[in-house]
Parts: sequence; structure tokens; C-alpha cells
Amino acid sequence: MSARKQFEEELEELKTELVEMCRLTADMIANATAALVTFDRELGKSIGELDKRVDEYEMDIEKRCMRIMIRQQPVAKDFREVSTALKMITDIERFGDQASDIGDLVYTMPGDSYIKKLTHITAMGELAVRMVKESVNSFIRNDEVLADEVIALDDQMDDLFVTVQDELIELIRLDGKSNGDQAITLMMVAKYLERIGDHAVNVAEWTKYNETGVHQKF
Amino acid sequence: MAKNKTASQSVAFGQNISVKNANLWYGDFQAIKNISMEIPERQVTAFIGPSGCGKSTLLKCFNRMNDLVDGCRVEGEFRIGDADIYGKTDVNDLRRNVGMVFQKPNPFPMSVYDNIAYGPRTFGIRKRSELDHIVETSLKQAAMWEELKDRLNKSALGLSGGQQQRLCIARALAVAPKIILMDEPTSALDPISTGKIEELCDELTKSTTIVIVTHNMQQATRISHKTGFFLLGELVEFGNTDDIFTSPVDVRTERYITGRFG
Repeated sequence: MSARKQFEEELEELKTELVEMCRLTADMIANATAALVTFDRELGKSIGELDKRVDEYEMDIEKRCMRIMIRQQPVAKDFREVSTALKMITDIERFGDQASDIGDLVYTMPGDSYIKKLTHITAMGELAVRMVKESVNSFIRNDEVLADEVIALDDQMDDLFVTVQDELIELIRLDGKSNGDQAITLMMVAKYLERIGDHAVNVAEWTKYNETGVHQKF
Repeated sequence: MAKNKTASQSVAFGQNISVKNANLWYGDFQAIKNISMEIPERQVTAFIGPSGCGKSTLLKCFNRMNDLVDGCRVEGEFRIGDADIYGKTDVNDLRRNVGMVFQKPNPFPMSVYDNIAYGPRTFGIRKRSELDHIVETSLKQAAMWEELKDRLNKSALGLSGGQQQRLCIARALAVAPKIILMDEPTSALDPISTGKIEELCDELTKSTTIVIVTHNMQQATRISHKTGFFLLGELVEFGNTDDIFTSPVDVRTERYITGRFG
């Protein structure tokens, strides 16, 4: 097999594993959101167990990238693809951490029912799953336009976060003694979802670097 | 603008090389096609490209080594600083200012000392103390003084390949050139000797411009500030090495450096 063909095969395997890692973290976020919406403490608790698999993916992909760097010494687009993958897995691993943290928060959620209807925070969860999937897809498909869309979606995420924050502050103002504990826990959930949006933007930024050679922060 | 003139002219050589609309033929075969480029002073500029792309031919224009090739015809403007090197420039003077190191080490069959002193003697330096000083300084510049100071009278042919190549660089340095041209200087050397020469290139840019032809992409990325990619006699792309090797503009550059050419 020619060195070039071997490189292309290794790169393909790397991307396949990256997709698997991403799919797992997207499922974790979807499950964390479902656990939140349905107040399912056990489902929330179970998410953390999947985080070990995410860490394994990260280590494995990292090793693949290092091996390609050493053996193939890639340059130009090849170099950008491998270095982009290497940078992206840090953000994808954080997707898993944050889904796991949300699951833990659901497991330990104060009270037996919610102090408010979870409309905007649910929307944040759904948006987080979309941003995660699209950010990694933009890399896999070399799709700069999709990366731009992910970056634009973060404004929606930030707006939703501010809305949730305002609602929870209002609830604490009205009856801090009854609402305070759960409001703060929900606030942390919202913050983790907002951070997932930020990491998806990082992934999209790396996709743009991969396509253009210019790394720009948005 | 003219070609192969020999009437001398006293023009101070600079350290930057300016090429405008250069064309070169070997008989009917055009080896260089309308190349223009500005090579900056006191930096390492690498020429890369497949065999037969014209990179060594262009390199040899910079000290008119192609004059020795039958049927070679050069057009265009080649300037080193203000000196028009195919104009009224003394070729000996040009070659003193523009040294060259070749792929295969080519020490003269004489002592280490005489190898280094050969150039200065040719240019009229006879005083022993002065020659001693030049030999020591040149070997120090080439980072060889410590390993050779006790072997100055031994034959240069007894040195290892890597030492011979560095001796050739020291020999080039002995006449204080403003520019050194290197044509695949490490292709026959082991990684340790290659590393020493690459280190030397970096050190030499304090005082010298270096233009190096290399087939080793990693070498170009390691040591050069600028890289030019040549193909079929054309300069396809010329720019900062970091840019060429991370985000080349031309698809032909991309295909060549990633090994997908052809």
C-alpha cells in the first residue's frame, strides 16, 4: 500500500472514531435533557457512566493523531485535518463532562417537583444537541457554511440562557426560601448547557481553520 | 539585462536577490519560464519541487554556474543588491560573494588548512598569520574548530561525509561571501550530520543569505523562512514557509507537498 493511501485510510479511521465519540456525547446530552424534563433521577445518574467511554475515545483519537503526526509528518490540508481533530476532541470530551454533570445535578435535584415549567431550559438542551451534532458534521463534511450556522446558533443559546437566568432570579425574589435550592441547581444546568454551546462553537471554529488555514475566534 | 558579459564593474553586492522575468534555455529546452521573485537578505530561502523543475538551474544562475554549460542561454534580470549579475559584473567577484555548496561534499585533495585557505590565497592573501586567522574563524563559523583544530594538516579526504560537507561550507565562508547557495547539501548525510548543517544554516543567517535546494520537505519547514515551489520550470508559489506548509494557495503546491502529485 502506498504511503499516501495508508495516510488516507488512517485519516478515515480517525474521522469514523470522531463521529462515534460525537454521537455518544450528543446522546448523553439528549439523555441529560430527557432526565431533566422527566425528573428521572436514575437516568440522570446513569449518564456519568458513559463518560468513561468518552474519555477512552479521547485517548484513542489522541494516540491516532500523534501516530499520524510522527509517521506521516503531514503538511498543508493533511496537517490541518489532523491538528483540527486533535484540538476538537478536547471540546468533544467536555461535551461528555458537561452532560455527565447535568445528569448528576438531576440526580441530586432538590425537591420532588419543579418550581417552574421547564420551557426555555428544555429548548437549551435541544439546541445543545443540535449544535454538537452540526459542529462535528461540519468537520466531517468539510462544510464551512454549516460551521458558520453553528457559530450563529450560539446567539440563540446565549439569549435562552439569559431568559432562564431572569426567570430563576425572579423565582428567588418571589420566594427564595422555597425556590432557592432548586433555582440554583437549575441555574447550574443552564450554565452547563450554555457552555456546551461554547464548545460547539470552538469545534466550528476549528472546522473553519481546517478549511481556510485561518483560526479566528468568534 | 544582457547575458554572459564578462567586462567587470565594481558594484557593491548586497545580500538580497531580485529576479525579474527570468528565462533560461538549455539548447531548445526551456528550463526556467518567466520567473520573478525577491529573496530577502539574511534569511534561509528554500527551493522545493520535483526533479527537473528548474530549482537547481535557477540557483546556479545566482553565481552564474550555468555559464559553464554549453548551449545555455539566460534572459531576464538577476540582481544581488544593486549588482546586475548578468551585466557588467566580474564573474570571479560574483562567485567570491556568492558561495556554493553541492550535494556531494567536494573537498580538495589537500589538507584541511589548505582547503580553507585556498579561496583567500586565490584572492591574493599570502600572509600566514592572516590565513591562520581566516582558517580559524571559518572553522569556528562552521562549528568545526574544536573537532579539527588538531587535524589541520591532515588530509580533508580522511574526514567523514558530514565533516567534509561542513568543511566545504567553512571553505565557502573563508572568502566572506554575502550569500551561500546550497544544492541539496544534506541528501547524502546521516541525520546527525544533517542536523549540524541545519543548525549551521540558522547560525549563518546572522551574516549571510542562504538559498537552499532540498527534496526534504521537513528540512524546508525546519530551517527556511521562505519557500518557493517550482514545477516544470515555473515558480508556482513563493511565500513564508509557515504559510506554504500549512495553507498553500495553489492546488499544485498542496498536491506536491502532501505527496499526491501525479
